[in-house]
Amino acid sequence: MHLYDVPVIFVLIGLALYVVLGGADFGAGLWQLATLPAERRGSAAARQRAERIREHAHHAMGPVWEANHVWLIFVLTVTWTAYPEAFGSIASTLAVPLFIAALGVIARGVAYALRSGTDRPAELARIDTVFAISSLLTPFALGAVIGAIVSERVPVGNAAGHLFSSWTGPISILVGALAVAVSAYLAAVYLAADAARAGERDLTETFRTRALFAAAIAGAVAVAGLVVLHGDAHRIYHRLVEGPGLPGLVISVLAGLSTVALVLSRRFDLARVSAALAVAGMIAGWAGAQQPFLLHDLTLRQAAAPHETIVLLLVAIAAGAVILFPSLGLLFSLVLRGRFDRPGETGLSSTPATIADVLRPTRHGLRARLAVGGLLGGIGLLSVAEAPWAHGVGVACLFAAMILGFLAVDPAGLAASEDRNA
Amino acid sequence: MDGALIAGLPLAATQQAYLHEASQMQALSFAMHIPLVCFGIALPATVLFVEWLHLRTGDPLYRTIAKRWTRIMASLFAVGVITGTILSFEMGMLWPGFMSRFGSVFGLGFAIEGFSFFLEAIFIGVYVYGWDRLSPRAHLLSGLPIVFAGMTGSLMVISVNAWMQHPSGFHISGGHVVDVHPLAALFGNSFLWNELVHMYLAGYLVAGFLLAMPYAIARLRGVWTRYERTAFAIPLTIAAVVAPVQVLIGDWVARDVATTQPTKLAAIEGLARTTRGAPEHLLGWYTDGQVKFGIAIPKLLSLLAFHNPDATVQGLDAVPPSQRPPVNIERISFQLMVAIGTALALLGLWFLLFRWRRGRLPRQRWFYIAAAAAGPLSLVALIAGWVVTEVGRQPWVVYHVMSTSEAVTRASGIPVGYGVLAATYLLVIGAVIWVLRRLAAAPLDTRGDPLPATPGTAASSREA
Repeated sequence: MHLYDVPVIFVLIGLALYVVLGGADFGAGLWQLATLPAERRGSAAARQRAERIREHAHHAMGPVWEANHVWLIFVLTVTWTAYPEAFGSIASTLAVPLFIAALGVIARGVAYALRSGTDRPAELARIDTVFAISSLLTPFALGAVIGAIVSERVPVGNAAGHLFSSWTGPISILVGALAVAVSAYLAAVYLAADAARAGERDLTETFRTRALFAAAIAGAVAVAGLVVLHGDAHRIYHRLVEGPGLPGLVISVLAGLSTVALVLSRRFDLARVSAALAVAGMIAGWAGAQQPFLLHDLTLRQAAAPHETIVLLLVAIAAGAVILFPSLGLLFSLVLRGRFDRPGETGLSSTPATIADVLRPTRHGLRARLAVGGLLGGIGLLSVAEAPWAHGVGVACLFAAMILGFLAVDPAGLAASEDRNA
Repeated sequence: MDGALIAGLPLAATQQAYLHEASQMQALSFAMHIPLVCFGIALPATVLFVEWLHLRTGDPLYRTIAKRWTRIMASLFAVGVITGTILSFEMGMLWPGFMSRFGSVFGLGFAIEGFSFFLEAIFIGVYVYGWDRLSPRAHLLSGLPIVFAGMTGSLMVISVNAWMQHPSGFHISGGHVVDVHPLAALFGNSFLWNELVHMYLAGYLVAGFLLAMPYAIARLRGVWTRYERTAFAIPLTIAAVVAPVQVLIGDWVARDVATTQPTKLAAIEGLARTTRGAPEHLLGWYTDGQVKFGIAIPKLLSLLAFHNPDATVQGLDAVPPSQRPPVNIERISFQLMVAIGTALALLGLWFLLFRWRRGRLPRQRWFYIAAAAAGPLSLVALIAGWVVTEVGRQPWVVYHVMSTSEAVTRASGIPVGYGVLAATYLLVIGAVIWVLRRLAAAPLDTRGDPLPATPGTAASSREA
């Protein structure tokens, strides 16, 4: 293993996390789509049930939505920093599926933002339809991108591959379908676990059935994928079933089977872990089979950025991870422990101060004078003086002046005192 | 700069089939994203300040305001996530030549920015959903990382932009980028600091005026309870203290542009020939190497750019015509930014002086009309400022090193993508306006929040 191999491992980890977390998110949208026929034509009871499914799917995803989707940004930025030439080639040749995925991301994010603006069922249903359609588009398009790379249809260079046939081959279609099926499966397991935790038995059963259904489809697509790989990308097929990709493949198959068994026995939390493992195995198997090639005629070594860039990138990733993982742990533990499910008691422990305490005007005059002093000092150092150090101090003076000025104005007290003045 | 070696290479016209559309598409995506960035920078600190007021006084009014602004913050952040994601897709889809050659030099900035974005997303999740669910103190603390991530995020993005304006930290040898030092490229750059401060303050300026706008309109319509007054005074005060300082920072940026990007300055001013004691032209139209119908102020340009009325200012003639940015776009955008910025600074200063001398909020109707107009105007100034920076960099993507036509994708179909994206973003703008109006129209006590019981405040007069 060389240093230039390390970033690709982080890219793959990021990709696996995006599939597991973001994919579950997209899958939840798919299940909302599946409720639409019942809502259109079903009886009142069926409509109510469909609405509950939709609500549950949305509610369970809420707090972690944005965090889940930033994994995609992580994958993109690490790739373009560590393997710029590969990134430029992939992004330009596969501009069409990437653009479709981007449209899906837009629609999905807007639907998410819109949801906070309404609680009328008719509007919610319409918003969720947009949500759901984008949930289908984005995983499929991103899967097609992976498929195009796997089937070696992305040559090195600026848009050197075909704009359409590069990503409409059988492997792209199958990987796209697999991404959709895996998303639906992950979401169903997640939502079943969530419903079980909330004690909603009928919802649990609903999503359990759906998980099994999606698992069957995902399994079938994966097997079909192996057959197509045999015909369309022979080198990768052999390295997957006989070579370095084999361990990943085996892990993926075993984890996939055991996750079905776990869902059958209603152990949803464990099923989520093994489902994630199945995804990770699949990605590891692909990586093992494809290395050392990143693209058809580009090895990792050829694509890698200079040594210093790689080192700094790895330092940044390590430092980022130290901050990020505890934060993510906090968010997920709050969500998973259900702390976000029911509003608790708040109330302030200390006795509230009267508004007069905050309004006490004694120091305001001083603050205003200091603010003017900071402003004058800032003008002198930034606008008159020439030395760079003076500019730095001048900017600091101006920031101090702004903060002191804001405090001196005391806008809240100003707004409150109006009643007395009037 | 070694880049000068390849700078002189002629560019085949056939290669730039969709350069124009790709640039427009990128500009559209930036114009959509940057206003949201302003809210990302400024809104968390503003909301935290109001929440802190609530913790300090126990007054439920502040809690109501903070909670309502939290919903705005969450909605705008969700839209910001998508416009930001689109930008990162476009980096590769539209500019593969740029990414392939220089990704190793500047990519690190975006990688770190990705982490900031992540941190922001995580803690916005905690903060938004943690209202009523975390202890008050823990909730307030959970907002601090959002403010911090807003700072580091702008630092990283601006470090990349500053590098594109004033590239360093690498050499070019035989068409390959060698001797790459990403830290020196991103942070050892004098251009970074003034651009960063200018943008960071713009965030507070734009978000402050825009947030105050609906309450100024409410005042004009006669709704002026303590709720509106407070929600108006806090963001307006922020914008009012920032606006005058922004003028000083802008002057600092301009002086740096004068030395590091003289061609950009020449385009901004429409200065065709290198001139000693150069005049400044207000208004007018640049054509045939001169500004027509403009008001010339002798020696002002030399004075502003170099603090010396007799300084020599480099003109457009220092570079061949193919390397000059479009002069009129630069001039109009720059003058628009400066005019609006100056007006906003005067509005802010007037408000501050009035408050100092009279100790109360202004009662003049014109002031609230101006405050309501300041929101959209600050947005115009923001976009105009970015046009000055980015169009003024043309025809370069990496200043004097790589032209945009070398960077642009060779893929066809860019006009289709541009059209689809423009239509989509129109829908997104419509959706954002819809959701903001809905949030604003929601009755004050949607979540059963107690309203202030003081007579004449929100509860009683709102119902009327």
